[in-house]
Amino acid sequence: MSSVIKSSESEELLQALLDGRLPDERGRFGPFGGRYIPETLVPAFERLEQGVREHLPSESFQEDYARELREWVGRPTALSFAPRLSERWGTEVWIKREDLAHTGAHKINNAIGQALLAKRLGAERVIAETGAGQHGVASAAACARLGLPCRVYMGAVDIERQAPNVDRMHRLGAEVFPVESGDKTLRAAIDEALREWVSDPAGIYYLLGSAVGAHPYPYLVRELQSVIGKESREQMTRQAGGLPDAAFACVGGGSNAIGLFYPLLNDPIELIGVEAGGIGNGLGENAATLATGTPGVLQGSYSIILQDKDGNVQETQSVSAGLDYSGVGPEHALLQAVGRVKYVAASDDEALEALEELCELEGILTALETAHAYAYAKKWSVDNPVKRVLIGNSGRGDKDMPTLTKYPPRTRKHAGA
Amino acid sequence: MLAHEKISAAIRDANADGRTALVPFVTAGYPQPDEFMATLESIAGIGDVVEIGVPFSDPMADGMTIQRSSFAAIENGVTLRWIFEQLDGNHIDTPLLMMSYLNPLLAFGYEKLAERARETGVCGFIVPDLPYEESADLRAALEAQGLGLVQLVTPATPAGRRKMLAEASRGFVYAVTITGITGGDDGLPADLAGYLDAVTAASPIPVCAGFGIRAADDVRNVGRHAAGAIVGSALVEVLERGENPAEFLQSLTLAAR
Ligand SMILES: Cc1ncc(COP(=O)(O)O)c(C=O)c1O
Repeated sequence: MSSVIKSSESEELLQALLDGRLPDERGRFGPFGGRYIPETLVPAFERLEQGVREHLPSESFQEDYARELREWVGRPTALSFAPRLSERWGTEVWIKREDLAHTGAHKINNAIGQALLAKRLGAERVIAETGAGQHGVASAAACARLGLPCRVYMGAVDIERQAPNVDRMHRLGAEVFPVESGDKTLRAAIDEALREWVSDPAGIYYLLGSAVGAHPYPYLVRELQSVIGKESREQMTRQAGGLPDAAFACVGGGSNAIGLFYPLLNDPIELIGVEAGGIGNGLGENAATLATGTPGVLQGSYSIILQDKDGNVQETQSVSAGLDYSGVGPEHALLQAVGRVKYVAASDDEALEALEELCELEGILTALETAHAYAYAKKWSVDNPVKRVLIGNSGRGDKDMPTLTKYPPRTRKHAGA
Repeated sequence: MLAHEKISAAIRDANADGRTALVPFVTAGYPQPDEFMATLESIAGIGDVVEIGVPFSDPMADGMTIQRSSFAAIENGVTLRWIFEQLDGNHIDTPLLMMSYLNPLLAFGYEKLAERARETGVCGFIVPDLPYEESADLRAALEAQGLGLVQLVTPATPAGRRKMLAEASRGFVYAVTITGITGGDDGLPADLAGYLDAVTAASPIPVCAGFGIRAADDVRNVGRHAAGAIVGSALVEVLERGENPAEFLQSLTLAAR
């Protein structure tokens, strides 16, 4: 298992990626990915992989999926031109509006797709983890729609800071299971969901919410989220008259980012993933996994993780629950290693400021996660004036009101400039 | 004799004595790091093989007891490096095994790991998040030093795979008794006998059963169909309560006869 990619391999891997040949049959994106799971789950993963191979490309699945996206999720989501933000930043800003998707974030694209798969695989019940609560709400809604019982694991810290989403999950018929162990955030919730799956591998479908975990999840989630990039590509061409010079997405586990980037990999577009810079650069002060982490195995896959020198996973810090995670999807680790996507960080303060600016100039309350993408896009636009940029607006910020209440609109400096 | 063969031999010796081999597990450095070697020595005086748990931040196959002990040990500065330092120069004859999630082993480096293990009397490893398909590199590094990688089989493992894993395993085959995580107290499943008999039939080396073994009755139960019994969470709970681990294990060995 090599952690460094030789430059001779790098070009080959990039080509394999561009040709759609990754992951390979062992679930690898170059050195990253794979399947590091307890033996009890091996048969369950084999069934899942078989199910993905059989159902995902099938006409019947694709028909059901397309119908649900159109008639229930409300796709295609809009692509909005942002005139006042464009003027402020001195560039042309386009926004892909995943906040307008049902339940308010991109998470629903994956949740309804996997719930359809769970149904086909004969699952008795569904479990999911959630950080910001958006994946939990999306899973609860998708399971309600398909008549599947659903339990969502959520860290105690996140239950508090994303309270509106906890209530939504309850109303959508899901059971919310508070996780008090470990760091009490997203990582602990995934650990706990995995433990539950180990206790009933035959009856449970684990509806994982990001492009992380053991094979085939990173692949499955990418395929289901790619609708973001496919629509963006078509809409940019039609509405903006051409593709963007650069595209930005926030990166927690990396599902909205891979969904936006994957269909754009072959285009001459600068792709930039923005992680949570938290409150500083020290270990434990942020969740900037790709920017500051090292290779290791966490929760099923070999990727870049935040860890100490003894291999213990580090706690993270971010104002946004959805980015507050010590790992990242293996495909992003490869995209960084071969230089196709650049990964940077935006701090809590920068994200909060960006959120405020977007509210005041465009009338969009974006999610705290998403705000990180705006914060860096703004910096980039200052350095690269008069371009066309695309921002993946992964979700809406209503869920963040308990946090935002602690940060009153500090200035009105953006208004009416 | 290769290091991993010492494990198999110790289990067979117990069986030849008319006993079920007893394989106690402790989280290294729990509850107090400075008591680690004393605890280990007293446990090794009774157990036929001893498992040392390397604490990890994300023990996804473990229940509350081992999670608690792992987090406490990490807080107290217990690391793989520290464990090897404690083991340096030990006089324990009982074969030692390490149970660790993969990432601490990766961070340590496989070659150095195998060298340090051989130097300190560690004969093999159990890695609960490393399925056979991903294990080639670690196995190669361990084999170069005569060390073994113990494979786990579970009630969910299909027969064909069970045989493949049993044949690939070194030291013993770890037969997980339940479909679940460590530390459960729901008792052993009713159909345990048939399952353990099937694992034993498929295995060229001794089979030890683990998960959910808490009391003398459990050891007796398991001993009729497996060569050894692994006692983890129950022993960690004894340590947690500040009770004497040797006395607890002694009460189990009476049943192992
Ligand atoms: C709105 C929003 N954006 C982004 C994320 C981060 O997840 P990912 O990196 O998988 O897109 C979340 C996660 O909860 C989210 O709710």
